[in-house]
Amino acid sequence: MSPVLAVDNLSTWFDTEQGALKAVDEVSFQLYAGDTLGIVGESGCGKTVLSLSIMRLVPTPPGRYVSGQIKMNGLDLLSLSETEMRKVRGKSISMIFQEPMTSLNPVFRIGAQVSETIRLHQGCNRTESHQKAIEMLRLVGIEVPEKRINDYPHQLSGGMRQRVMIAMALACHPRLMLADEPTTALDVTIQAQILALINDLKREMGTSVILITHDLGVIAENAQHVAIMYAGKFVEYADVKDLFAHPLHPYTEGLLHSIPRIEGYYSRDKRLPIIPGVVPDLSRLPQGCRFQERCPDVMPICRDEEPALIGQSNPKRYVRCWKYQ
Amino acid sequence: MGKVIPNDTCDAGNINKMTSPLLDVHELHKSFPLQGGYFASSQEKCLAVQDVSLSLYEGETLGIVGESGCGKTTLARMLAHIEKPTAGEIRYRGQNIFNFDKKQLKAYRRKAQFIFQDPYASLNPRLTAGEIIAEPFTIHRRDLPQDIDSNLESIMKMVGLSRDQERRYPHEFSGGQRQRIGIARAIALRPEIIIADEPVSALDVSVQAQILNLLKDLQDEFNLTYIFISHDMGVIRFISDRIAVMYRGRIVEIASNQELFENPQHPYTRTLLDAVPRLDKGPQMKREYLNK
Repeated sequence: MSPVLAVDNLSTWFDTEQGALKAVDEVSFQLYAGDTLGIVGESGCGKTVLSLSIMRLVPTPPGRYVSGQIKMNGLDLLSLSETEMRKVRGKSISMIFQEPMTSLNPVFRIGAQVSETIRLHQGCNRTESHQKAIEMLRLVGIEVPEKRINDYPHQLSGGMRQRVMIAMALACHPRLMLADEPTTALDVTIQAQILALINDLKREMGTSVILITHDLGVIAENAQHVAIMYAGKFVEYADVKDLFAHPLHPYTEGLLHSIPRIEGYYSRDKRLPIIPGVVPDLSRLPQGCRFQERCPDVMPICRDEEPALIGQSNPKRYVRCWKYQ
Repeated sequence: MGKVIPNDTCDAGNINKMTSPLLDVHELHKSFPLQGGYFASSQEKCLAVQDVSLSLYEGETLGIVGESGCGKTTLARMLAHIEKPTAGEIRYRGQNIFNFDKKQLKAYRRKAQFIFQDPYASLNPRLTAGEIIAEPFTIHRRDLPQDIDSNLESIMKMVGLSRDQERRYPHEFSGGQRQRIGIARAIALRPEIIIADEPVSALDVSVQAQILNLLKDLQDEFNLTYIFISHDMGVIRFISDRIAVMYRGRIVEIASNQELFENPQHPYTRTLLDAVPRLDKGPQMKREYLNK
C-alpha cells in the first residue's frame, strides 16, 4: 500500500532580520489511508507551519521551502504551479483551523461558503451545490440545515461554526484533512462531539487526518500515530499506545508528567514535575540538541552534535536523542 | 503558618465549626438586559448568575469549573467588586462589600486581587514590567508608607523574574513570563484573596505547570485564599481544595476535591468528567451519548 501523503525531509524557513528562522526542519513522515497522525508541540514549535506547508499556504517570501518533497498520491505538491495547487486545495486536501470565527467570512451566509467549495471543485450549478451544502450541514449534525444555511457565522455558536468548517472541509471528500487545533477554542463537551464527528466521517469516507494539537489527551483518544515536535523538528514518532506507555525522549516524558490529571489526587504540598526554562529562539538555535538547555539527562555530546531521528525496535518508534543512539 | 485548613480533604461542614468564612456569598443574582440600544425597551434578560450561595474560608482554594457562558467569570467579577449584582450579597468578614464606602472599598480592593486570563491583554503595553508591578503601591501609597524599591525586588524574585527584566515592556516577555508579571502585580500588596480567572488557559503545557506550582508556592508562603476559575478539569483537580461546578448560571454541585472527582453526584458533573480526553484510554472511544 502506498501512502496518501509522504513528506520527505521538508524544511520551511523564514528569512528574518535575525537570520533564517527554522520553523520546520528536516521533517519526514508518511500517512496511510484512514489513519490519523497526531502532531503535538507547544506554541512556536512549527506545527502550524508544517500544516501550512502541506497546503502550500506559507507566504513566500518571507517563507522559503528550503528542501524536501511533499508527495500526495505520488504528486509532488511543491512543484505544482499556483493554479494547479488551487485544484488540490479543498478537493484532495482540506484544512480546519482553530478559530472558526476568523476563518469563516463574516459577510457571507454559511450556505454560500459551503456551496462555493462544492461548486468550484465538483462543477455543479448553484441549485445542485445548494442542495449538497444542505446535505453536508445535516451530516455534521446541524439541525434544520435548510434554515440554518441562511445564517451568518455570527449567528452560530462556536461549536456550530466549527461544524460548518468541517462541512466545508469534507464537502469534496478529500483524501486528507488537516485539523489545526480544531477543538482548542471549544468547551470539553463540545470538543468531544466534534472529535467524535471527525472520527465518524473519517471512517465513512476513508479520509486521512493530521490532527495538530497541544492537548495530549485529544491525541491519545483520536490518533493512531503521534509525532512530538520540538523547535521545528520531530523528536519522537511512535504508535499512540507505545508513546504514552513508554515515552522515550526526555521532552515527551517531561510533557506527559507536567499535565495535571483528573485521575490523580494532589495534596496541598504536591507540585507538578516541570520542564524548566523556555523553548529556544528558532533563529538562534544552539549547537547540538535543541532540547539541551531544558533536558534533565543532558550529556556532553548533546552540546556538540545534534542527534538524528533513529528507529528503535523495543519499544518500537523513532526518537531523536543521544540516549538512544 | 497558622493555617486554618488542617489538610486538603476539607469539607465545608468541618470548617464551619472552626471559623467563620472570609467571604460569604448569599443568594447572588446577576442579569444583563438582552437587547441594548438607547430606545430598547426589551424585557428580555440574560440571567448570568442565578441564586449562587457559597462560602470561602481562609487559606483554601475554591475551584470554580464550568463551560463558556456558565457565569463563572461574571461571578468572579462580582467577587472582585468589578460588577454589581442584581440581587444578593457578598459579605467580606461579615460586611456586605456592595455597601462599602469609598475608603472601605479601596481597602477591600487591596485585600482581594484579580489575575486575568489573557496575559497579552491585561498588561498595559506602555508601562515597563517594573512599573506594572509597582503600580499598586502608587495607588495605595498613602496607606502603605513603604520602600517601593526593595519591595519590587523581592516580589519579582518571588514570582521568578529577575531584577534586570524590570525595564522591559510586556511585548518583550513570553506568555508565561507575562503571567508572572500579572501574578506579581496581584500579590504586591499582600492580599488575602486572589481571584484567578483562567490564569493558565492561554499557556503551553510546560509553562502551565510552572505557573500552577508557583501559585501553590505563593499560597504556602502568604496563606492566600484562592478562587480559581477554570474550564480544565485537570487543572482544577490539581489546585483546588473544594470545587463548585457551574452550569447555566447556577452552582449545580459543590464538594471537596476528592468527593467531586471520585463520587460526582450531579449528572452534569459526570458529563463534564466523561468528556475530558484521557491519556490512558485507547483511541476512538465511543461517545454516542454526547452525540444527541
